[in-house]
Amino acid sequence: METRRIEVPVMADLFAGGEKPEYLFWVGCAGAFDDRYKKVVRAFAKILSHLNVSYAVLGKEETCTGDPARRAGNEMLYQMQALQVIELFRMYDVKKIITICPHCFNVFKNEYPDLGGKYEVINYLQFLNTNIEEGKLKIDEASLNNVSITYHDPCYLGRANDIYDEPRNILKKLTGNLVEMHRIKSFALCCGAGGAQMFKEAEKGDKEVFIERTEDALKTDAKVIATACPFCMTMLTDGLKYKNKEQEIRNLDIAELIAQSIDL
Amino acid sequence: MTTQLIFAITLLVTLGAFAYTISRIVSFFKFTRPAFPIKDIGKRINVMITVAFGQTKIFRRPVIGMFHAFVFWGFCIIIFGSIEMVIDGLTGTVRVLKFLGPVYNIIMASGDIFALLVAISIVIFLSRRLFFHIKRFEGIEMKKITHIDANIALSIILLLMISLLAMNTGYIEYKSITGEPTVGLFPVSSVIAGFITHGQAESFRLMYEASWWTHILLIFLFANILPYSKHFHVFLSIPNVFLSRLDPLGKLPNMDNVSREVKLMLDPNTAFAAATSDLPPERFGVKDAEDASWKNYFDSLACTQCGRCTSVCPANITGKKLSPRKVMMDLRARMKEKGPLMIKNGRDFNDNRSLLRDYISEEELWACTTCNACAKECPININHPTLIVDMRRYLVMEEASAPGEIKALFNNIENNGAPWQYSAEDRMLWAKDLEMKTHHV
Repeated sequence: METRRIEVPVMADLFAGGEKPEYLFWVGCAGAFDDRYKKVVRAFAKILSHLNVSYAVLGKEETCTGDPARRAGNEMLYQMQALQVIELFRMYDVKKIITICPHCFNVFKNEYPDLGGKYEVINYLQFLNTNIEEGKLKIDEASLNNVSITYHDPCYLGRANDIYDEPRNILKKLTGNLVEMHRIKSFALCCGAGGAQMFKEAEKGDKEVFIERTEDALKTDAKVIATACPFCMTMLTDGLKYKNKEQEIRNLDIAELIAQSIDL
Repeated sequence: MTTQLIFAITLLVTLGAFAYTISRIVSFFKFTRPAFPIKDIGKRINVMITVAFGQTKIFRRPVIGMFHAFVFWGFCIIIFGSIEMVIDGLTGTVRVLKFLGPVYNIIMASGDIFALLVAISIVIFLSRRLFFHIKRFEGIEMKKITHIDANIALSIILLLMISLLAMNTGYIEYKSITGEPTVGLFPVSSVIAGFITHGQAESFRLMYEASWWTHILLIFLFANILPYSKHFHVFLSIPNVFLSRLDPLGKLPNMDNVSREVKLMLDPNTAFAAATSDLPPERFGVKDAEDASWKNYFDSLACTQCGRCTSVCPANITGKKLSPRKVMMDLRARMKEKGPLMIKNGRDFNDNRSLLRDYISEEELWACTTCNACAKECPININHPTLIVDMRRYLVMEEASAPGEIKALFNNIENNGAPWQYSAEDRMLWAKDLEMKTHHV
């Protein structure tokens, strides 16, 4: 099959050529460095190219938003990172930001305004859902063979920002077999990675949170666990390995499911 | 006249004692820090109507929530009768609000019906606490005294409802025997009265009088127990909901004192300038009760210890020490301990104890995932995560204390601009050799 090479546009290059893209696609540290999550970002970049979206990434200029530092109590480090990022956005005259990571989304949307950084911040699920609703992104409903999918709500999309419907709308387009866990939407259980837990061992307890949540997902008998956050993905994929289920059940991001369904 | 005098004195004692307690609690607020300005009154009224009066968050657990809603709505109605009783008691009138006519009938009838519904709900609540093992009522923070506190409050409410129904029943019986017209409608008490076939007018009058006094004295007593009890929420939950943080749950409050420092650091013109203020710099984050905001303290006073927060906390569910309910209870207890000392010796008084460590351990604080399940669940919009993060802020910024991996995280962000030890040079590796099928074109 014929393939086409995609050159991901970088902000500095576009600016040098006098171009200004409509969106900044914020890749995030997990997207840049986590081998599993790189695949998610690649899938989303393909979708962006497929839709001919005018966008660019910051590339080597991107840095941490400061979110994990902030939630771990290091407000000083957070604000230094944030001011750097805000300055970078000012340089490139950034107005609209698309994020995949819900933590980056939350910090841009809710917390940067306090430091003077005000943007239109769009989570990729909102972006994808809008494109599907508007008919620009056409999903072949039969493509995934009606596979059973369950969806894990990331805390920073769900409770933190009330994004519950977009992922479900998309998944219902992808399969007729969306099966819900018993704790969903605002009742959803955290994967255990939030609040900088991702970067440390959990405190002593009698169970790991990610195992508790993986069990929720396994109870649905779904063949795919759909996630929408890099940390949730790490946690639930670990959970599947712990339960020796990684052969039968796959943990995929919604962007990957879409890319797969339209065969990009 | 004598009874009026007795009533007036009782009321005065009640109000006096209540005012004393409240003034002490209010005086503790002056030690707390600012939180947010009370703006958006329209939005706040809306939240109050839905969350407090509509009981929307209580209904996140529909069955037991329904019984709580009965109690809450019952209180809202029955309070009109209580106000009437106070006026009657002071002025010697009988059912002074009867001039409201049909409205009065509705108030009395619904109060009478709700008295029964509240009583039934309270019996269910008491049985749950006494005879069933409900996990949410257990935990390290749930001492024997907290259970006694709950049971006393529930028992008083039950007695309040029994005395109210007895009062109404006595009233109906007395009136029907003497043939005098009744004022107000009492559907439930009428049914109860229907079961009573014997008795003289005088004994029913006595029943009415005794129940009247029992009911009002219990209210006076209850009002003065409440500020010392977890049931303070009877007074504080509606104001607490009105004073809710209106920001999205995901937003942490900005530390403006840090912003000032960071801007000074980043601005070459001011980087070496002398400090502009002679005031000692305010402590970063929360170490002790007085570092918490007035809203944190209000939350802690309004907390009913229902434990819905803890029952949804991922850390607690999986056996970690953290319990969001405990964080609130600890703040209240610590202020109760330190508040009087600060009143006596000033805000800077040091009793060599603090909320951090003597009440809340670092292990609890570091177990939080900031998932906001606790805050989402709280029926009266208490926000626990902001306080937990504020305590982390103290640990990190004042004591440089954090788990080793968290310190490594800070180093990585500082040196590499990422939480992991990767170079910014590698940030585009994900996009290498990216290809897409062209069959769409």
